[in-house]
Amino acid sequence: MKTKALLALTLLATTAMGASAETLRWARAGDSLTLDPHAQNEGPTHTLAHQIYEPLIIRDHSGAFQAALATDWAPKEGDPNVWVFNLRQGVTYHDGADFTAEDVVFSINRAKSENSAMKELLTSIVEVRATDDHTVEFVTDGPNPILPSNLTNLFMMDKGWTEANSATKVQDIAGGETTFASSNTNGTGPFQLVSREPDVKTVLSSNAAYWGKDEFPLDVTEIVYTPIQNAATRVAALLSGEVDFIQDVPVQDLGRVADTSGLVVKTAPQNRVIFFGMNMGADDIANDNVDGKNPLSDARVRKAMSLAVNRDAIKKVVMREQSQPAGMIAPPFVNGWTAEMDASSATDVEKAKSLMADAGYGDGFSIQLDCPNDRYINDEAICQAAVGMMAQIGVTVNLDAKPKAQHFPLIQNKETDFYMLGWGVPTYDSEYIFNFLVHTRNDERGSWNGTGYSNPDLDAKIASLSSETDLEKRNGLIGDIWSVVQDETLYIPIHHQVLNWGMTENVKTEVSPEDDPKFKFFELGG
Amino acid sequence: MAETPIEGPDRPSRLAQFWDGDFMWSFRHAPVAMVSFAIVVVLVLSAIFAPLIAPFDPFNPATLNLMNGFTPPGEPNAFTGDSFFLGTDDQGRDVFSTILYGMRISLFVGFSAVFLAMFIGILLGLIAGYVGGWVETIIMRVADIQLTFPSILVAMLIFGIAKGITPAEYRDQMAIWVLILAIGLSDWVQFARVVRGTTLVEKNKEYVQAARLIGRSRFAIMLRHILPNVLGPVLVIATISLALAIIAEATLSFLGVGAPPTKPSLGTLIRIGQEFMFSGEWWILFFPAITLLALALSINLLGDWLRDAMNPKLR
Amino acid sequence: MFSFALRRVFQSVIVLLVVGLVAFAMFRFVGDPIDNMLGQERTLEDIERLRENLGLDKPFMVQYWRFLEQAAQGNFGLSYRQGRPVADILLERIPATLELAFVSGLLALIGGIVLGIFTAIRRRGVAANVIMTASLVGVSLPTFLIGILLIYIFSVELNWLPSFGRGDVVDIGGWSTGFFTESGRKALILPAITLGLYQMTLIMRLVRTEMLEVLRMDYIRFARARGIKERAINFRHALKNTLVPVITITGLQLGSIIAFAIITETVFQWPGVGLLFINAIQFVDIPVMAAYLMMISVMFVGINLIVDMLYFAIDPRLRVERSGGSN
Repeated sequence: MKTKALLALTLLATTAMGASAETLRWARAGDSLTLDPHAQNEGPTHTLAHQIYEPLIIRDHSGAFQAALATDWAPKEGDPNVWVFNLRQGVTYHDGADFTAEDVVFSINRAKSENSAMKELLTSIVEVRATDDHTVEFVTDGPNPILPSNLTNLFMMDKGWTEANSATKVQDIAGGETTFASSNTNGTGPFQLVSREPDVKTVLSSNAAYWGKDEFPLDVTEIVYTPIQNAATRVAALLSGEVDFIQDVPVQDLGRVADTSGLVVKTAPQNRVIFFGMNMGADDIANDNVDGKNPLSDARVRKAMSLAVNRDAIKKVVMREQSQPAGMIAPPFVNGWTAEMDASSATDVEKAKSLMADAGYGDGFSIQLDCPNDRYINDEAICQAAVGMMAQIGVTVNLDAKPKAQHFPLIQNKETDFYMLGWGVPTYDSEYIFNFLVHTRNDERGSWNGTGYSNPDLDAKIASLSSETDLEKRNGLIGDIWSVVQDETLYIPIHHQVLNWGMTENVKTEVSPEDDPKFKFFELGG
Repeated sequence: MAETPIEGPDRPSRLAQFWDGDFMWSFRHAPVAMVSFAIVVVLVLSAIFAPLIAPFDPFNPATLNLMNGFTPPGEPNAFTGDSFFLGTDDQGRDVFSTILYGMRISLFVGFSAVFLAMFIGILLGLIAGYVGGWVETIIMRVADIQLTFPSILVAMLIFGIAKGITPAEYRDQMAIWVLILAIGLSDWVQFARVVRGTTLVEKNKEYVQAARLIGRSRFAIMLRHILPNVLGPVLVIATISLALAIIAEATLSFLGVGAPPTKPSLGTLIRIGQEFMFSGEWWILFFPAITLLALALSINLLGDWLRDAMNPKLR
Repeated sequence: MFSFALRRVFQSVIVLLVVGLVAFAMFRFVGDPIDNMLGQERTLEDIERLRENLGLDKPFMVQYWRFLEQAAQGNFGLSYRQGRPVADILLERIPATLELAFVSGLLALIGGIVLGIFTAIRRRGVAANVIMTASLVGVSLPTFLIGILLIYIFSVELNWLPSFGRGDVVDIGGWSTGFFTESGRKALILPAITLGLYQMTLIMRLVRTEMLEVLRMDYIRFARARGIKERAINFRHALKNTLVPVITITGLQLGSIIAFAIITETVFQWPGVGLLFINAIQFVDIPVMAAYLMMISVMFVGINLIVDMLYFAIDPRLRVERSGGSN
């Protein structure tokens, strides 16, 4: 009923007065962790920051680059180690200060500083220098062809404002401190902060002086953001017309939302792949019933387990068609992804059984599967389904599902032998996947490689990617690395996640693959 | 499994006395009590004999076919053509079988937790009442604190710690035992209070003093003379605690500290089922919830009647 | 009296220390805070550095001692998740929980007393028996399910009441209240019913039993024999005597109302301390969890202490028993 009233109101407003105050009530499962744009590298935090602050470059809903505070960018002619960014002119912060090259230098240096959560994305940057008021040069430690990909969540702060409020140091969340910037904002973005109570409610209103006010719809003039943790309550809030837009719609409720008059569901593939990892590096593993050897170190066993997974059934039943079965652990957005590799995911229990028998495990073995229950879409249900599928080939799986805060340390500390993990690729490049998931674990790389897999030859290839400027040669290397990963069945891919946004039908938007709605693109009306 | 219902003391003379006259008369004239009793008996029996009654074994993952998921009650599945009496859940498990097996776990947890609480409560209550002195002070102090400290928080604390110190490979099986421990430990106080109260009264009675004079040991006196007198009120508390324990298990499962989804209890089934409340698969929530309701309500009604029956003044 | 009070306070402090220790022990198994604090791109080196910063590399007892030292000065540290002082966050969230607890407590008290009296007076009536049975339905389903069912019926299907949050709140001297706005009052209804249902059943049964006990007392019989009106007997004499135990129990139940608020607040996204606690568990926000548990135990131990003192002051017999018991 409320929705209808709102609709009527919207119609009235658009016909009678044209654009007027339009509030968008927005809910998702979690809240932003801090307002300091460099203190956390995490989805909900970046999403809120994207409304208030802006990076040099953003990604639109197709994942393509779009100019934000930079108008254009290119490697410097004659020096492959330097990127040149031309900045947008006439941009002001919410407090009226001008946006200049100095702010970019300041912001990048801030984001590279000790407490910043963004610094890992900027390790290749040696120096940032302003050549004039609206031109900035990024000097890297070698040619870095994918530098722009690392800047799409790197927000620009005003040097003067930040220094005046002694917030130059990034908020040290870990050291437990608050700074002026963690509870106040001054960005160039389309919205400015009105009020905020963490985990309860955040209100934003539109920025009248926004540089892009003629370029973007900017129909939304006020945003009321409420995190609603419990999925049923979140859906109920949308169904009863108490909110206009929700992220994280549970897959089982998509039908209900779509069938409700006045509500629509929008879906798009997410830049995230879900898979199982296996501890193949250990000589013997603790969580199985086989003594003295490690069944997972045999590639045939890994292959068999992968063959046992019925990805179509998971898609149809667990995910209600809201997933894309995967054959490799790279989402289709990523450079290096190929349709052939991603398609190699057929289920073949008979072949799997014979592989198991070849490997000497014809009678199977038992193992524990560690799984998060609050991180990925239906994570626990997927693992549960896998338990049944593994049972088909004699692998008895003991499922231990737990909150993410208990799950991820297991991977980190190598305390799990069989685990679920999901991986998003913000740089849209395979190198990112290899660095974290394939490279031998050491201080710099492989921090999420819980498989114990170590291949010096592959490591060398991975390390060479970051400075290979010849794109064709680089892509060739990427292809080589992938073929080893696939042959070894390093991981058991499950699927690429699909994102679902639910909204009232007057909200017009596309779903962004990063799950970060940018409300300046939203259109409202009829 | 230790699912024998509590049937009072094992001494026939007392038992006969207990079931004598008033009590049975009251039972025969309370239709609500009789119906409740019948429901509880049927549910408990079907839980005990679940492996014989249930058409499927939902705890054996090898028998599951994921494609059977979300089959409505009595209708054939769109992919496999299989049909299930009460439908299937999100994993393709037969809801009817899963409820029977789940109830087995719920009842096991409930009964065991109550036995644990009863054991601790009676023991400490007897000691406190009979021994007195600083022992009593300490016991009753702890009881006071325990009483004010909310049971679900106690349960969460115990669950958190126990899960942490259990080796990973046993966690799956441990969950049930930890639940029993958590619920049982948060529930002993009422027993202790009642037992202590009765003990204080009884210990000064002549027959107890006489027993003491003829040289009976403290332990024997407590066991033979005082204990039988407290069994009535203990039975009432135990019945109501049983319903509470079953509900507590369900609540804990909502907070993520319940039975694992691969071996679900009724509470876990409800927690999973409520996710499908808006989506039209009502049977996944409805049947487990109605079973839990029937079970807990019958036990509660029985406890209610029992309390009145034990207190003839109220009749 | 003084030595008794002193002894009780001392005992309470010991209790707090033990509760704190147990709670602290639990945190080690809730998960690793590091994980939520660093992004996907962290390196092993980052993890070590952070662990050192937080003092998580220190032995457990050292961490606990440090916590107690700080807590004694009213400093609960900063939330790992929000980066703000925990004390501030708790103060911000407490009004929501207390208002909810207050309304549901009131609901339970009024509903419980009215229904209790009714079922006692009309003991053999059909309506009374229906109420007695129906009240058990409410306690035979888990709270979270009742909450979700209420949302489904009253928010989604009927669209009468909001499904989440507190509505609009008014800030009065740092205390945010939902009592003064229509949306605030509406938002209270479903959570308060969900939370109060169990206590209402409890109080109703208690009142009924007490009433029945009192009604058979000699002085009531005399009153009846003297021809005093039934209504006057019921309300003036019988009810008065049932209220003392009822109020005591309600006081003691305050603790469990606030604890069960954890579930209600999660279901209704009610921004109180219970939801804060659940969020803290998910994020392994140890300072918040520790402060919450300490706050709750201080409250419970405090209530317990007050009740004890009152009894002691009111009932001289207790004095003998207590001092006898502790010799």
